[in-house]
Amino acid sequence: MTYHADEKGYYGEFGGAFIPEMLYPNTEELRQNYIRIMQDPSFGKEFDQLLKDYVGRPTPLYFAERLSGKFNTKIYLKREDLCHTGAHKVNNTIGQILMAKKLGKNRIIAETGAGQHGVATATVCALMGIECVVYMGEIDIARQAPNVARMKMLGAEVRPALSGSRTLKDATNEAIRDWINNPVDTHYIIGSVVGPHPYPDMVARFQSVISKEIRWQLMEKEGRENPDYIVACVGGGSNAAGAYYHYLDNGDVGIIAVEAAGKGVHSGESAATSALGKVGIIHGSKTLLMQTPDGQITEPYSISAGLDYPGVGPMHSHLFKSGRGEFISITDDEAMAAGLMVSKLEGIIPAIETSHAFAILEHRPFRSEDVVVINLSGRGDKDLSTYIDHFKL
Amino acid sequence: MNRINKKLQEDRKLLSIYFTAGYPSLDDTSRIIQELEENGVDMIEIGMPFSDPLADGPTIQQSSTAALQNGMTTALLFEQLKDIRKSVSIPLILMGYFNPMFQYGVEAFCKKCQEIGIDGIIVPDLPLDVFKDDYEATFKKYGLVNVFLITPQTSEERIRQIDATSDAFVYMVSSASVTGSKEGFGNIQTDYFERIASMGLKNPQIVGFGISNATTFQAATKNAKGAIIGSAFIKHLARNGVDAIGEFVKSIRA
Ligand SMILES: Cc1ncc(COP(=O)(O)O)c(C=O)c1O
Repeated sequence: MTYHADEKGYYGEFGGAFIPEMLYPNTEELRQNYIRIMQDPSFGKEFDQLLKDYVGRPTPLYFAERLSGKFNTKIYLKREDLCHTGAHKVNNTIGQILMAKKLGKNRIIAETGAGQHGVATATVCALMGIECVVYMGEIDIARQAPNVARMKMLGAEVRPALSGSRTLKDATNEAIRDWINNPVDTHYIIGSVVGPHPYPDMVARFQSVISKEIRWQLMEKEGRENPDYIVACVGGGSNAAGAYYHYLDNGDVGIIAVEAAGKGVHSGESAATSALGKVGIIHGSKTLLMQTPDGQITEPYSISAGLDYPGVGPMHSHLFKSGRGEFISITDDEAMAAGLMVSKLEGIIPAIETSHAFAILEHRPFRSEDVVVINLSGRGDKDLSTYIDHFKL
Repeated sequence: MNRINKKLQEDRKLLSIYFTAGYPSLDDTSRIIQELEENGVDMIEIGMPFSDPLADGPTIQQSSTAALQNGMTTALLFEQLKDIRKSVSIPLILMGYFNPMFQYGVEAFCKKCQEIGIDGIIVPDLPLDVFKDDYEATFKKYGLVNVFLITPQTSEERIRQIDATSDAFVYMVSSASVTGSKEGFGNIQTDYFERIASMGLKNPQIVGFGISNATTFQAATKNAKGAIIGSAFIKHLARNGVDAIGEFVKSIRA
């Protein structure tokens, strides 16, 4: 039994490539080449070098002493918040920009919701001097102004997605349409472990640097490679996929996935895909997604823009369905309180996405001897105005 | 014989029209179909609206959003079509994205299509290999033809696979684009139309995407058996209403 993708991009019953024929040549070119390119030593060398010198890897694995004391267990934080641009997203965009170069592409497109992936993409495009167009829902453009400005400073063009609900899922549709219209010179840098095969597997591999580092870092600190649990928040699922990656097939390591319950799982305003979703097709992947009984994709809600996606990557659907992963959903209020708690106890202001992962500590008891690694996927600078509004700071 | 296959044997260039069910008004479906037949259209693609139509340009996106807001659902569409064969005899094809069909249940969906008298289905995001492995037998069981798309980027090898799996016509997407984007055809299209025509495929080809008037219809059908108009028809419908359908069809056939 493996929890990795098979060669057709399936994780159990989930995944695959449900794409219109117009996209077939694009994804086929990628499918035929991505593993070969990633395994090429010169590619690996360049990727590792950039992660080290530009992104600032390895990111620390930090023993959170006061947090551990409060919850009477051993908590380590994997500090992806210290990556350049402030989140794990850049691990993937560095990998994909190098991939695009190898494939001879000279134009990059991306989708973004909160703007984190858009910024990470605009950053690597600036680094490589490649044209960059980022699609962003018209509604998100209005509520994420600082990230729009950052992308513009980095030289990217931000194009509003005006269709449908004018948020992340529609920005993704627009990026896919752009790719249909520009099949030869353009590479689409998807921002999470979603979309048609080979994207979920490719993005997971680029993010797997997270668990690769955790293994040796934990060995240094605890004399063991395996934590008892690894905890991550799940929007599309990329930081979680990276944190779980080297432990997926290792039953000694418990996998905990944290989703956004918004105002409550059954409030009608939620993004808890595993709880509310049904199997279907979204953005070319067969996976769990939130939809009407008629199969129309619905708009999720979370206070955290990065968790506000109506689907989830096929790897995570499989982890959920098979029982390999433990899925917990956390409300807006619980996440915000956890963000404040971590700020005060550890001097780290987490992204609101990540605050969801911390919030499980209030619900989910661990034994005192357990080693629990929480993937600190991003920092909270981008969320200050939300924290300010919430706590009247 | 399936109505589509019979129609394809007629000795003329075929005009097929796409419209989005539930647009402009929820209950326009059967009237639009009847008007199209009365005005000499050869075949109709009934579009099932979807929240996330990722192969479609703004015109079809907007008509889909409006149709869903009007209250269109798969079950309602079937209800609207249940007596359609009492008044309409040209081939009817349902075109829609896979998720709504998957939620309805593919077998139940195909069964319903057969009961109504639907002749074929086009599902742009149901790929060839999944169709063959999981659904081909079901489509056959209910007498439905499945239509696949090819584009200027589709490799010869894949075109041959698609031709082998098709049993009505091959849907030639005119250019690398979503629906409704290009105005007019250039040399690339002409070369592509000629290249496909010279391949000796067993299925006739019908061209779609980017056909909006008599000129583009003629250019597209110079080599191909027919052409499909979608966005231009929907725009006309939005502007001039169901009563003016005859006017639109005449402008193409002129
Ligand atoms: C800091 C942070 N964590 C998590 C996410 C959620 O994405 P994913 O589930 O792909 O890691 C985002 C997305 O923007 C993010 O910015």
